[in-house]
Amino acid sequence: MAATHPALLLSGKVLKPILCGQFANRLKAFGTALSGRRERSTYTGQIIPPPAKYGGRHTVTLIPGDGIGPELLNHVREVFRFSCVPVDFEVVNVNSALTTEDDINNAITAIRRNGVALKGNIETNHTLPPSHKSRNNLLRTSLDLYANVMHCQSLPGVQTRHKNIDIIIIRENTEGEYSSLEHESVSGVVESLKIITRLNSLRIADYAFRLAREKGRRRVTAVHKANIMKLADGLFLQCCKEVAAGYPDITFDSMIVDNTTMQLVSKPQQFDVMVMPNLYGNVVSNVCAGLVGGPGLVPGANYGRDYAVFETATRNTGKSIADRNIANPTAMLLASCLMLDHLKLHDSASMIRNAVLTTMNETRLHTADIGGQGTTSEHKDDASLFSKAEDRRERLCESIGKSYLVISVTQLCSSQQYPL
Amino acid sequence: MTYFCGNVKGSVSGVRVTTRSTAARRFFLSKTHSYSKHGGSVPREPCIISQGPQWPLAPSAGLQAPQCFGLPANPRGPPARADSTFKVTMVPGDGVGPELMTAVKEVFKAGDVPVEFEEFHLSEVQNMASEEKLDQVLTSMKINKVAIKGKIHTPMEYKGELASYEMRLRRKLDLFANVVHVNSLPGYSTRHNNLDLVIIREQTEGEYSSLEHESVKGVIECLKIITREKSRRIAKFAFDYATKKGRNKVTAVHKANIMKLGDGLFLQSCAEVAELYPKIKYENMIIDNCCMQLVQNPYQFDVLVMPNLYGNIIDNLAAGLVGGAGVVPGESYSAEYAVFETGARHPFAQAVGRNIANPTAMLLSAANMLRHLNLEYHSHMVSEAVKRVIKQGKVRTRDLGGYSTTGDFLRAVVDNLRYRPTY
Repeated sequence: MAATHPALLLSGKVLKPILCGQFANRLKAFGTALSGRRERSTYTGQIIPPPAKYGGRHTVTLIPGDGIGPELLNHVREVFRFSCVPVDFEVVNVNSALTTEDDINNAITAIRRNGVALKGNIETNHTLPPSHKSRNNLLRTSLDLYANVMHCQSLPGVQTRHKNIDIIIIRENTEGEYSSLEHESVSGVVESLKIITRLNSLRIADYAFRLAREKGRRRVTAVHKANIMKLADGLFLQCCKEVAAGYPDITFDSMIVDNTTMQLVSKPQQFDVMVMPNLYGNVVSNVCAGLVGGPGLVPGANYGRDYAVFETATRNTGKSIADRNIANPTAMLLASCLMLDHLKLHDSASMIRNAVLTTMNETRLHTADIGGQGTTSEHKDDASLFSKAEDRRERLCESIGKSYLVISVTQLCSSQQYPL
Repeated sequence: MTYFCGNVKGSVSGVRVTTRSTAARRFFLSKTHSYSKHGGSVPREPCIISQGPQWPLAPSAGLQAPQCFGLPANPRGPPARADSTFKVTMVPGDGVGPELMTAVKEVFKAGDVPVEFEEFHLSEVQNMASEEKLDQVLTSMKINKVAIKGKIHTPMEYKGELASYEMRLRRKLDLFANVVHVNSLPGYSTRHNNLDLVIIREQTEGEYSSLEHESVKGVIECLKIITREKSRRIAKFAFDYATKKGRNKVTAVHKANIMKLGDGLFLQSCAEVAELYPKIKYENMIIDNCCMQLVQNPYQFDVLVMPNLYGNIIDNLAAGLVGGAGVVPGESYSAEYAVFETGARHPFAQAVGRNIANPTAMLLSAANMLRHLNLEYHSHMVSEAVKRVIKQGKVRTRDLGGYSTTGDFLRAVVDNLRYRPTY
């Protein structure tokens, strides 16, 4: 085994055209066969028309998803309306109960048209046959949204065990364990393929370093398990090293995933930017979200070359707290701010973001997940004491600007009289 | 970021603040690079790594945003439009344009609409057009993003300049899409009632390229330009419009049987874009047949998309179906800007000063503008008032067969602004 590892490293430089090229191509053919087909069937031209932005107004695909998704996105729409954000939403519903892929294909086409989407999580039923793939995963692979970026930062006013956390996590989003390639080779033996390609690893590593440089970060940590998966994670690590050579101003180091999780919960301040393959990213991002206060607080973004999809970082469906008006809208609102930044509407983004962060300072308005009192239905009638998501939204709009509130309330009143 | 603090000019009016912060924002965006923690330069282009292999890397989405989140202190001052007064550029143009603009201003004033106008008189026939004037309009547009505009009349005789001011404005702002929503007005009956169709026209290339020359004495060549990029762009606009407004059919109008390459390219681009919209039906029709169908059975159409000159003709034809140039609103879009105007663009010079112009089209267009500015309530108020006056049928201008003046009509509209139905 000791001989294989250097051989691979060597092949990366010298024998690349013969060995690694073939290796990578073959794996690529497996990994993206699906998205390749989808690509051809929907759009064949070379010039992709610009995204739907006319007269300064953007159209954004809105996928409500399941669980708390619809209510969170309603909060976003309301806040956008209050703050006169020039964004129109094209709502595309995806029914997770159906076994056909029509709905999700519709959603994917809609994102292709608009370029940008805001999305709640779509539930994946584990009991369905293996041919039923995760809709969320399908969406990411079809649109080649290779980079999942999540910025974990300690928020003002939220009580957590660790202070001053500021970590950017970059996760490869399209391959690895999520390749959906599983089969039963012999009865009772299941093989699940984890795919690591040179191309995608280089791409994500370069993305991480570019982002680190743009944000003025000093260190990038690659998370891996190359001591066990010497070839697969070895390739990933090797790619990160190669890219790091092009960024002499940024320190590069690597850490094994098990140690990483331990370090994260004991001394999270040591991390700056982290880059990792798909599954580790999933685990690590959940750990980090937990460190700063839970799934309701951290926004996430998925970027590809042409498209971008924004959602909450930990992608929870939140079925258990759906329709109870206790879901924390912070994560989705901050995700919508990321989206506005992506659309270059920086003014609206910072306005809403500041409003959200100001609202965070008021303990009275905290939802249950971060220690607020708005917990169960027995308190529900006492709206003045217990914070509900709706209450938070009202306050948020107030901090955006009283004048909007007045205008919007008049608008609300009149639109009930005149259905538009 | 101290640049923005000393720039207030002692003005307390909200509008000034708006303008300043927008200018500041533009300045800030140009300075984004120095915003990182280190203050080091940020490369926009992907770096080619010296030692590793080179692979195709496009500038990735998501790397343009200057900040991720956090940063409670906003270095750019208050966000634009925090006072919710909107500033709009106004170009009254020629003929009855100024009268129509006065009408809009009166109605907005009566309805307490939070919009302020920045007026620019630009006219070729009244000797009020110059490069300087055009630049002023453009600068104002770049800040306000939204304009309301009358027709700038273009004299037919050739004076050494091929492109009219109207065309130059359009090109400078890249207003590529013209939308005319032809909608029958309830209460005013024409030969075809309950019409509801949308005409989308490419208006920056085609026959309007202003490329004409005399190759041999007595032989003039006029170039019609069709490009794939612009054809796809207008096709996508049409389908996006149809999606947004919940319409289900798009018809491309062309003359590809004669201009096999030019209009052929347009048609092909439309078909390609149509693939992205599986839920919207796509058809095509030849221009001459389309004209005939429009006067015979216009109900078969939903959204029509076409190149420049055909669009010009069909706009006017369709406006004629529901009552003429005085009642159909129109709008032009680029990616950044929106200009609101009448659907059929005529100066109507013979009516100047006679108080007979029909302000319906411009008022409806102004209502569309309010909707574009997120002022749903006011938009609804204005358009409902206009529609109510037409529906009552008591006050009608001459073009709709009445005897009322523009002033009478406006008074009726203002009276109806605060109307609330009682249930």
